[in-house]
Amino acid sequence: MAIGFKQREFLLAVEGLTVSFDGFKAVNDLSFYVDENEIRVIIGPNGAGKTTVLDLICGKTEATSGSIQFRGKELTKMNENEIVLAGVGRKFQTPSIYDDLTVFENLEISYPRGRTVWGALAFKRDAAVRERVEAVAEMIFLKDRLDTSAELLSHGQKQWLEIGMLLIQDPDLLMLDEPVAGMSVSERVKTAELLHRIIKDRSVLVIEHDMKFVEDIAHKVTVLHQGQILSEGSMEKVKSDPKVIEVYLGH
Amino acid sequence: MFGDYSVGDLGAIFAMQAFAGLILFSVFVLMALGLAIIFGQMGVINMAHGEFMILGAYVTWMTKTVFQEYLPSLFAGYFFLAMALAFVAAGALGMLVEWTLIRHLYRRPLDTLLATWGLSLILQQAYRSIFGAREVGVELPEWMMGSKHITDTIEVQINGLFVMALTTLITCAVAYIIYWSRWGRQVRAVVQNRVMAGAVGINTEKVDRYTFGLGCGIAGVAGSAFTMIGSTSPTAGQLYIVDTFLVVVFGGAASLVGTIASAFTISQARSTLEFFLSGSMAQVLTLLAIVGILMLRPQGLFTLKVRK
Amino acid sequence: MIKTPRFLKRGDLMAMVALAVLLVVILPMTLDVFRLNLVAKYLTYAFVAIGLVLCWGMGGILSLGQGVFFGLGGYCMAMFLKLEASSVANTKIQSTPGIPDFMDWNQITQLPLFWQPFHSLTFALIAVVVVPTAFALLVGTAMFKRRVGGVYFAIITQALAAILTILIVGQQGYTGGINGITDLRTLKGWDIRSDHAKLILYFVEVACLFACIVVAILIRNSKLGRILVAMREKEDRVRFSGYNVANFKIFAFCAAAAFASIGGALFTLEVGFMSPSFVGIVPSIEMVIYTAVGGRLSIFGAVYGTLLVNFAKTSLSESFPQLWLFGLGALFIAVVLAFPNGLAGIWRDYVQVHLVRLIFRRRPPPGAVPGWTDDSVADAAAAE
Repeated sequence: MAIGFKQREFLLAVEGLTVSFDGFKAVNDLSFYVDENEIRVIIGPNGAGKTTVLDLICGKTEATSGSIQFRGKELTKMNENEIVLAGVGRKFQTPSIYDDLTVFENLEISYPRGRTVWGALAFKRDAAVRERVEAVAEMIFLKDRLDTSAELLSHGQKQWLEIGMLLIQDPDLLMLDEPVAGMSVSERVKTAELLHRIIKDRSVLVIEHDMKFVEDIAHKVTVLHQGQILSEGSMEKVKSDPKVIEVYLGH
Repeated sequence: MFGDYSVGDLGAIFAMQAFAGLILFSVFVLMALGLAIIFGQMGVINMAHGEFMILGAYVTWMTKTVFQEYLPSLFAGYFFLAMALAFVAAGALGMLVEWTLIRHLYRRPLDTLLATWGLSLILQQAYRSIFGAREVGVELPEWMMGSKHITDTIEVQINGLFVMALTTLITCAVAYIIYWSRWGRQVRAVVQNRVMAGAVGINTEKVDRYTFGLGCGIAGVAGSAFTMIGSTSPTAGQLYIVDTFLVVVFGGAASLVGTIASAFTISQARSTLEFFLSGSMAQVLTLLAIVGILMLRPQGLFTLKVRK
Repeated sequence: MIKTPRFLKRGDLMAMVALAVLLVVILPMTLDVFRLNLVAKYLTYAFVAIGLVLCWGMGGILSLGQGVFFGLGGYCMAMFLKLEASSVANTKIQSTPGIPDFMDWNQITQLPLFWQPFHSLTFALIAVVVVPTAFALLVGTAMFKRRVGGVYFAIITQALAAILTILIVGQQGYTGGINGITDLRTLKGWDIRSDHAKLILYFVEVACLFACIVVAILIRNSKLGRILVAMREKEDRVRFSGYNVANFKIFAFCAAAAFASIGGALFTLEVGFMSPSFVGIVPSIEMVIYTAVGGRLSIFGAVYGTLLVNFAKTSLSESFPQLWLFGLGALFIAVVLAFPNGLAGIWRDYVQVHLVRLIFRRRPPPGAVPGWTDDSVADAAAAE
């Protein structure tokens, strides 16, 4: 690795990351770097370890070895909620929202205030909260559904709601796991538009299978295969990489 | 503390204590096996497990009464028939319960816990109404009574040996069924991915019902074996439930080896402590130790590390 | 369009008035002191049931060991009362006067160290709440920080109930054993066994109950209440929204323990003794059924559920003792299978709808949306 490369300030620096489940190395000596305001897409066949990488960064899974530096902080030693407070937000593959709460309450819970037990007890729903929730609700096309119970939303709306919950959190690094999976064509278009709007001023790490979507948003693409990086670079470069072609098109 | 005993005495005491521990171990394994199948394989908490054991015990007692009355010549062998009947009775009841109750609750484990507790109350009262509140005992055939002298100072009870042999046999059978038989593969397939298992043509409902039935049937056999050691009463089942659950949880719910190892650890710890302390303190200390270890290692002793 | 939750919602206020009318006016006027004392005894369990609404109904944490906290609270109170009853003058026939009778029977000649501070009423009253809550804090911290939850938590709390019972029964010289701490007479010289005292204690208890209800409502209506519900549904989402999930679970568990302990202490005062039979597995799980019958998400439902189940228990076991266990068992099964929202659910789905139609001669406004409040409990069947 070039010396000059190391000295740059990365937002996220993953180095030598390995995790093994009973001997099976789901992620194997993985290293990659994400810049400020970069949009990075991770692609790869099923079982390549994509979701596991996100799990490792946000602290859901403990790394066997290696390091994850975020703004100079070592994430592998932090709790999930500390990682969130450091500025990392994560959207899950299947929409993960609170069915029994209203859209407003769903969004409110992600509002970055009153996150301790006593803070939550004393939390007041003041004008600032309401404004922010309404602004985000507008952005995610749910402004007129604030009082609706979240379980009544469509699949696509649930995905948007979860994205909205992350927006309220205002993370510096946003991690999205297949944000358009299972959406209708029109929802896809709207989601792409939404993502374009929200990825400004922050770094984004996306897992996605939809190649058109990937081409549309990615600054840089990382191809994972069997827990290791197969190829990395611009979409053009990755697409013409013979190794990638082999993995994707078979032998 | 050891001053009063000679070396030979001490050796004998430890040998007998170890033997007592082994019997307790067999008993724990027998109790826990059925639960390990139901909880470990299906994720269902069956709080009425103890009552299924008691059913087996009552079936044994009834068989004994019938043999005493009508077939005294065959009394020597009644116990084997009694155990088979206990298995069938408890298993059949288990399948009925699965069909009427459990199958509606697979997604709600905590609710299963409450519902099966309700079932246990009903069964207890049913036993009390049918068999009376008093304890009943079972007379063993002559060949199962008495004890065997190994040396002058060391003797072992024959019924204890019988329980140990029975436990070994049932454990092997369960291991075979779960790990090697075609049906066991189906059970594990359903556990790991219900939808997929259904899609490849496994009748998941049937698998559930028979798995639950098998677990309850083994509980019945365990109850039958218990009559050799203690007496049976309508509420006796409740006494075992905490111990049994801790054995299963401590071992790591999905692992048969874990269940056996944890039964061994717990029974040995308890019988050793019982030598030094009063029975209740030994029980308290063992339970506390288990709870403490479970806090450090919530997944139990023997579990695989997987991506959740 | 969006309303800030007020201090008390109108529905809560009306429910509170209704309950107050029942407990303060109707019951004392219609029941004799003996029956009223029975109600008082039942109501002590309502404290536990309210705690379980927060912990189990909202937070999804099923504790099968609430008897531990009920018992610890009750024992703290009983220790003070026992010491007062065991004055040197009262116990001069013992071989060691001035210590509780059961200690004397067990050849203990000196008051054990942990009994000493219970000479003070102030200490005892503080201990009633602090000891059980601290124990819950210890257990909760150990378990939730290690992510023990769900079924495992239930089984471990059940084991704790078993452990404490065995310990109390086994150490009878220090605890009074299986009989418990009995023969409690006076509180600072005031005879708690008289009818007059029982009446006053009843009203004190009702006041405590309302205090607990208000606290529980405040918790439920705060953001913390919503986080508990959120946690029950999608624990990981809450965690990855920056909350330390364990701390919220510990809070809910401790709150439930504190409520239970108050109930336990009042039980000792109302009934005049405390014994391990209120600590163990069986009473602990029965307390869960009170909450389940009332509706696991409804604070008021918990009170009514407790009263109803206990009335049924008393009247059934008086006249048909055999039927009671069948009934209780069937109740467990029915409430889980058919009525997961308990009385509160029945009230909402069948009674309230008709009431509203009767009063307003029309259906409720179509914009009414289920939230997490009492009168619109979301389906708790998916509680796990």
